[in-house]
Amino acid sequence: MEKTGAEILVQSLQEEGVEVLFGFPGGVVLNIYDVLFDSEIRHVLTRHEQGAAHAADGYARATGRVGVCMSTSGPGATNLVTGIATAYMDSIPIVALTGQVTTALIGGDAFQEADIVGITRPITKHSYLVKDVADLDRIVHEAFHIARTGRPGPVLVDLPKDVTSARTVHHKPQPVELRGYRPNLKGNPKQVKLAAEAIRKATRPVIYAGGGVILSGASEELIRLAELIQIPVTLTLLGLGGFPGTHELFLGMLGMHGTYAANLAVSDSDLILAIGARFDDRVTGKIEEFASNATVVHIDIDPSAISKNVQVDIPIVGDVKLVLKELLKELSGGSGQWVKVRERWLKQVRAWAEEHPLSYTPSKKKIKPQFVVEKVFELTKGEAIITTEVGQNQMWAAHYYKFNRPRSFLSSGGLGTMGYGLPAAIGAQMGCPDRRVIDIAGDGSIQMNIQELCTAVQYRLPVKVVILNNQFLGMVRQWQEIFYHQRYSQSCLATAPNFQKVAEAFGAKGYTLTHPDQVEPALKEALASDETCVLDFHVDREENVYPMVPPGHSIRDMLLGRGKKEVEKKVSIADRDKITG
Amino acid sequence: MRHTISVLVENKFGVLARIAGLFSGRGYNIESLSVAPTLDPTVSRMTIVTSGDDRVLEQINKQLNKLIDVIKVWDVTQKEFVDRELVLVRVEVSKDKRDELFRVAERFEARIADVGERSVTLEATGDEARIEDLIRLLKPLGIREFVRSGRVAILKSEQK
Ligand SMILES: Cc1ncc(C[n+]2csc(CCOP(=O)(O)OP(=O)(O)O)c2C)c(N)n1
Repeated sequence: MEKTGAEILVQSLQEEGVEVLFGFPGGVVLNIYDVLFDSEIRHVLTRHEQGAAHAADGYARATGRVGVCMSTSGPGATNLVTGIATAYMDSIPIVALTGQVTTALIGGDAFQEADIVGITRPITKHSYLVKDVADLDRIVHEAFHIARTGRPGPVLVDLPKDVTSARTVHHKPQPVELRGYRPNLKGNPKQVKLAAEAIRKATRPVIYAGGGVILSGASEELIRLAELIQIPVTLTLLGLGGFPGTHELFLGMLGMHGTYAANLAVSDSDLILAIGARFDDRVTGKIEEFASNATVVHIDIDPSAISKNVQVDIPIVGDVKLVLKELLKELSGGSGQWVKVRERWLKQVRAWAEEHPLSYTPSKKKIKPQFVVEKVFELTKGEAIITTEVGQNQMWAAHYYKFNRPRSFLSSGGLGTMGYGLPAAIGAQMGCPDRRVIDIAGDGSIQMNIQELCTAVQYRLPVKVVILNNQFLGMVRQWQEIFYHQRYSQSCLATAPNFQKVAEAFGAKGYTLTHPDQVEPALKEALASDETCVLDFHVDREENVYPMVPPGHSIRDMLLGRGKKEVEKKVSIADRDKITG
Repeated sequence: MRHTISVLVENKFGVLARIAGLFSGRGYNIESLSVAPTLDPTVSRMTIVTSGDDRVLEQINKQLNKLIDVIKVWDVTQKEFVDRELVLVRVEVSKDKRDELFRVAERFEARIADVGERSVTLEATGDEARIEDLIRLLKPLGIREFVRSGRVAILKSEQK
């Protein structure tokens, strides 16, 4: 029997196991919305397409499944762009469906026409413009296959309106066969042997793991490897949760806002075992001085990630989980001796951790932002899904919430997208109805997608928004304090809405909290509630995130606090020009 | 160093844009590029001349391979290969330089593609050096216009 393109699309989505779709309608997708009206797929109506893209991303990060978002052509599609770029930078599998003007009108500057395939080409793993309804089901299955396999990423499918109304026969899904796309999953056994040998020989090894561990579901293997060989582990922002935050071998995050112990351990190591990480500049600092005495082993599914920024000695291209399994086989046997072998190195590393642990000055009068995050951690026992916005809030969440499970920390790392946290929390909550989902936000970022409170309320999502309100674009202010003589140009947000009232206006529960004593009771109440809650914590305004590595410096050079300058060298003008952020 | 890269791609619309975008987006330069279908009409071959150090070339190779529509990539510079370019040159014909013009044409096995009232159009193929030589010799005779193709290259024998 023949079906319309819209029917074929929805059926193909179901064949891919899609249960929920985040979107916003418009003219050229009405055929699809008409089919969705009777479909079992749940459609979540966000209030802005950017929200839909981030929600699909949050859903994907929290569940490991492909997230799906949809928009109309033109402005709907361009509104998805930031969300697609966010997913691309962090290798998150989403499929973005965009409506397009009818094929006959394409190229003629038709109403609400935008070349979205062209616009998103550099920020998608792949994209399709469907020109013939006969290709539609195959393309949908290819899109999901490409999004979720190899190094995952966003795939865009552009759907002209006439394609969704044209009729054809729908075919059962066939195995996807793409001659130009065959990700290498199994690591080369020779390389694995070489890596094992290097690990055995190392005296000061460090594991540096990233988002790849989470994407490939390799946390268990990572823990076993670290414990077997007694190697301390540091994680990137995206890796958090990939190794337990409370594990005795965990050093904390590394890089620009890495811990003292992690940054020194990496700098002093003789072997870096990089796992599913990409040597991003926020991690490496001054690249020439990054782990300059170490042999570098790099396990990654993406060959282009290898030796891109740092010359790798032993590359292993493959799926992190499979490679770690092989590596474990290679290294197991004769266990027990490692505890002794590693004694000195671990003692050194722990001494660093004790010398300068993450810390802040507690206060009885002012709410410290770090204190709020600590309380959130305590009260949720590390079991919540935390999303973040971008800036200081993001770093404090990364520092003071100890993630013991993968897929629990959802944050825009690569792109650093303010406005990510709330819609991502909505996506995560849709995918994980039984978990507490909390967006740790700044007062600046939350205003970027605050309209999504309405979405949370509509779908009765018990998402909690914890605003660390410093009345500043805090991270910008911090940079201006340190590098621009405290000239707070355009970073002061003294004019702000009353977030409690905003929450209430959207139908959520709102709180305003100004005293440290209010923190715990308010959090307890909100966490126990099934309502969408916004907690506006008025925090100490000029608190900074430490440690901080000035841009262009080795990650060894950390500012550890105001007046506690580890870096003696003044940041020069030349360094200023390297500043991006 | 300059490299000639041969790329087999799916013969679909948008593939050229993807590849051009990859080069421009990542700051690699394209000196020349030529595309045409292969014996298999679903596959096209691109020959790209680019330059960069070993690291850049390694990245270009990897980034190209990462594209879904790219089937295979060779850096033919590292192998035994034959390469050719085509040039079309329209040259003034004046009485006093006429003989010289035909001598040069003959020496380079250039064919006369078109004869106009006051000019002839020559067609020649060769590797880059040969084309450069031809142009150098024709210049004093009065080149009105010349159009050069990108380079195409083929491996000398079956190689992996
Ligand atoms: C969309 C977007 N615009 C600008 C920036 C640059 N930026 C990075 S952090 C930051 C400040 C964020 O302020 P706020 O949300 O209040 O968080 P805080 O740092 O105070 O915790 C800005 C503007 C960004 N990351 N994303």
